[in-house]
Amino acid sequence: MRKLAVVAAAALALAGCGTGSDPGGRALTVFAAASLTESFTALADRFEADHPGVDVRLNFAGSSALAQQLANDASADVFASADTANMEKVEALLAAPAVVFATNKLTIVTPPGNPAKITGLADLGREGVTAVVCAPQVPCGAAAEKAADTAGVTLRPASEEQDVKAVLTKVRAGEADAGLVYVSDAEAAGDGVTAVGFPEADKAVNDYPIAVLKSAPQADLAREFVDLVRGPAGRARLAEAGFGAP
Amino acid sequence: MSTRDRRVRTGLPVLLWVPAAVALALVVLPVIGLVARSDLSSLPARISSPGAVAALGLSLRTAALSTVLCLLLGGPLAVVLARSRVPGVRVLRAVVLLPLVLPPVVGGLALLYLLGRGGLLGSHLPGIRIPYTTAAVVIAQVFVAMPFLVVGLEGALRTAGERYEAVATTLGARPWTVFRRVTVPLVLPALGSGLVLSFARALGEFGATITFAGSLEGVTRTLPLQVYLLAETDVDGAVALSLLLVVVAVAVIAVARPRALRGQR
Repeated sequence: MRKLAVVAAAALALAGCGTGSDPGGRALTVFAAASLTESFTALADRFEADHPGVDVRLNFAGSSALAQQLANDASADVFASADTANMEKVEALLAAPAVVFATNKLTIVTPPGNPAKITGLADLGREGVTAVVCAPQVPCGAAAEKAADTAGVTLRPASEEQDVKAVLTKVRAGEADAGLVYVSDAEAAGDGVTAVGFPEADKAVNDYPIAVLKSAPQADLAREFVDLVRGPAGRARLAEAGFGAP
Repeated sequence: MSTRDRRVRTGLPVLLWVPAAVALALVVLPVIGLVARSDLSSLPARISSPGAVAALGLSLRTAALSTVLCLLLGGPLAVVLARSRVPGVRVLRAVVLLPLVLPPVVGGLALLYLLGRGGLLGSHLPGIRIPYTTAAVVIAQVFVAMPFLVVGLEGALRTAGERYEAVATTLGARPWTVFRRVTVPLVLPALGSGLVLSFARALGEFGATITFAGSLEGVTRTLPLQVYLLAETDVDGAVALSLLLVVVAVAVIAVARPRALRGQR
């Protein structure tokens, strides 16, 4: 009995560790899809400059992982997902319906100079080509499957990665002849990869929704951040990063 | 519990119970949380799904092969590190610990830049592709698991000392005979527990595998990779497979651990 009490006390003490105190000033927590890393980091800097004393905390990960965290009571003000499916998973937690603020589509990326001479999606099923895509369970993999179906092509990937950045890493390391990533990721990789567009990509466009959470500790700031993302400054920054307009 | 306490001659300070209980809770409570979260009725169906079966089979095969390689390569390394008087052997002892300290993802990247297409060695191996193969999974597992065997075995060898070996030598035994008849039997228990730890570590390997070998069903997607993938989309499936991993781990410990320790008592 006594041991049980000790265990319970320990568990309580451990639970207590989780709730750290906020430092001075206000903090806005933004959960955003991994593909938004570059653009949201820039927008967060701008937001902090416009709102002295406000600290924007960014949590980048796969949209499904973020949705999972939110469903498990993670505290956040804003959620920006790379697809509507993951936003719908947390629909009950939103203060207002999510709005689409950007679109993204797939592109083929190859190591610089395209050594394997990849010209289209069909080449990713070609014998001797090492292709890497996302697993069908994650948004970029679902889009890849859709694009391949549209093109009537069978992809023969050497690996199905967990997220789009992992695909990019394999291509940049020269360990894959071709990979399927979002246009925005190819843009962010700069000279590290060569992008090869393909027409079927237009049939698998991802909508990026953004929303303020019902339990947002900083609801006012959250709405202002969403306005910034959807406003001219956000638009310009997202277009620069390769995203399409909603 | 109480019969065991009576056997201890020196009293156990009561103060130790508190941190010990916290430590135990830290290990046990998460597993209980996992069990509580699982939907037991759908468990059989989830565990027998084609993806899960492929992942479990691949995991068991690669971890077993990795353990054999740990024994064949790490065993001799431990002996050399413990017994050799070559200068610099102390530095080597530290180097062997590297995979224990490095995050596995870093290990995976390092393997990629050594054995990958553009890697230091890989670029000299035209026609041989290592990443994305089951061989890559095994290499990653050996990389992370071998130190467990080497460190345990080397410690046991040094604790055992060289007295018996010296006696055998003065009696005229050749080095190979001394190794086979004296050194190996001396460290058998440590070897056993080292192998169990290596197998367990190989079975749980994740970061180096996903970085170096990628993730493809039946080829490189081991059970931990399958759990990670499912955690994104199908939490119940991920929980079910996590339970499967726990069961396998407990089984390994239960079967092998007491046997490995018997000789030490």
